[in-house]
Amino acid sequence: MSMRRVAVVGAGMTRFVRRAMETPKELAWHAARMALDSCGLTLKDVGGVCIGSAPDAFDGVHMKGEYLSDGSGAWGKPVMRSFVGGGTGVFLGPHGWYHAASGLFDVVLVVAEEKMSSFYPHAQAAFVTIFDHTTERPLKPNLLWIFALEMNRYMQTYGISKRDIAQVAVKNKRNAADHPCAMLGEANITIEDVLNSEVLAWPVQRLDVSPVSDGAVAIVMAAEGVAERITDRPVWVQGVGWNLDTAYWTNRDLAYPAYVERAARMAYDMAGVREPRKEIHIVEPYDPFDYKELHHLEGLLLADRGKAPELTAQGVTAREGAMPVCPSGGLLGVGNPITAAGLMKVAELFWQLRGEAGARQVPGKPERGLAQAWGDLMQVGTVTILGTQRPA
Amino acid sequence: MTQRIASYPGTALSEEDIERGRVLSIHDRLRADYAWDAGLAIGRYLDGLKAGQILGVRCERCDRTVVPPRAFCEQCFAPMDAFVPLAGVGTVNTFSLCYVTWDVKRIAEPLIPSVIDLDGTSPPAGIMHLLGGVATDRVRIGMRVRAVWKPARAREGAITDIRYFKPLRRG
Ligand SMILES: [Zn+2]
Repeated sequence: MSMRRVAVVGAGMTRFVRRAMETPKELAWHAARMALDSCGLTLKDVGGVCIGSAPDAFDGVHMKGEYLSDGSGAWGKPVMRSFVGGGTGVFLGPHGWYHAASGLFDVVLVVAEEKMSSFYPHAQAAFVTIFDHTTERPLKPNLLWIFALEMNRYMQTYGISKRDIAQVAVKNKRNAADHPCAMLGEANITIEDVLNSEVLAWPVQRLDVSPVSDGAVAIVMAAEGVAERITDRPVWVQGVGWNLDTAYWTNRDLAYPAYVERAARMAYDMAGVREPRKEIHIVEPYDPFDYKELHHLEGLLLADRGKAPELTAQGVTAREGAMPVCPSGGLLGVGNPITAAGLMKVAELFWQLRGEAGARQVPGKPERGLAQAWGDLMQVGTVTILGTQRPA
Repeated sequence: MTQRIASYPGTALSEEDIERGRVLSIHDRLRADYAWDAGLAIGRYLDGLKAGQILGVRCERCDRTVVPPRAFCEQCFAPMDAFVPLAGVGTVNTFSLCYVTWDVKRIAEPLIPSVIDLDGTSPPAGIMHLLGGVATDRVRIGMRVRAVWKPARAREGAITDIRYFKPLRRG
């Protein structure tokens, strides 16, 4: 591919909170400004801006991309908004990469923002419209249904227990206790706490689910030749991948996300990764529900089908384990302002690979990490692979 | 996440801050009324439901029968217009016991949403519907179920013309 190599050179984020006093635009500005400051750049250095945000109905702000543009540093600049459901935050990896790799822009500011708290009485109602208006919505579904249905199928197919899955919520919420922006970090949470939490839509219980959140995250991407002048530790985009299945979510194998595998294979090919289990040192898979982390590790080919819970039980995915998974604390612990939560995973890889993750730092000088997000009606996989080595 | 940053931006409010007016906010309601056209394939599906029949659709080229029907095969991009009546009998692919409404209010008797793989389709090809006529502790993946229809005069050409799916056998 005659594309330029692209690196992440800066990152910033707000705290993730249940209800923010700041407006969406103010949150975006805080994160974008912090990302620029972190690498010593100003708006003048930015060529183009990439924005990721959920459908307008979530914030109740029409033309959300246009509304967010100035807060995202796009005044007087080319700006483009993308959206692929919950997969958007990690889709900003390929989105931003394209902008710089293509040769169009040397420095790109990439911003993700979500303010879920404005929706009354509960943000969950905003998701009802994802179901088909004619064949499904008359049944009065709610968002929990698709997760509960997929989780039960996953458990049944492989004989996985609720206890096996609850380990993920415990790990991630404990990891988040070390994250300065986290909403639900809990150093002392136990499996019993998860198993005893309120049953929402069995098998889904309260502590299996990530919270409704507000927040923003931004990263700065730069093309080769420019990136090395901005920082002596650029973190390179080594691979990107994305893939969509149809919206006929009841017409596929709910126990295995094949679309995530297709996205992962695209990214592995680009990154030259042949043995992902050896070559990926940190993983930030999408974990809006605890079973999703396991489901996605399998789709990413980082665990055998039905075997991801064993990796968790053996401590392989712990922060000090052989393949740390969600060292950030993930959506379950840090919070889930949808697109911002996805980009938080990319930012976490940036900090981890630079050795800047503080109390969350994984040991052993990791060289390559993978972030993945997922969304819509069980249909979207997005993958971004970052590494310390400049791609060949 | 450099140690340079002492305090991260983002100010957490509580529900009480809003209710007590400790911070200012505006409350408004958007009106969003729509009339969605069913389209060609789902139009036939709804006609079928009104007649007490679940229609699938077949792609000969891919040797595949799916439900809900669609106008084209997403895999080979050919038209998909061979409608196939299905028996209204199937197998529970998965289910949930849902104790909350769409706006997260608790309900005493859980709803039992399910994906049901209908006989005569090429697996995996199910639809989402509700299970009924079964105790919550007797529901199982793999259970055989059949559609329970509204009486003909009450049917209107909607997915709710099927009241729910219930076990073929008393469990
Ligand atoms: Zn076909």
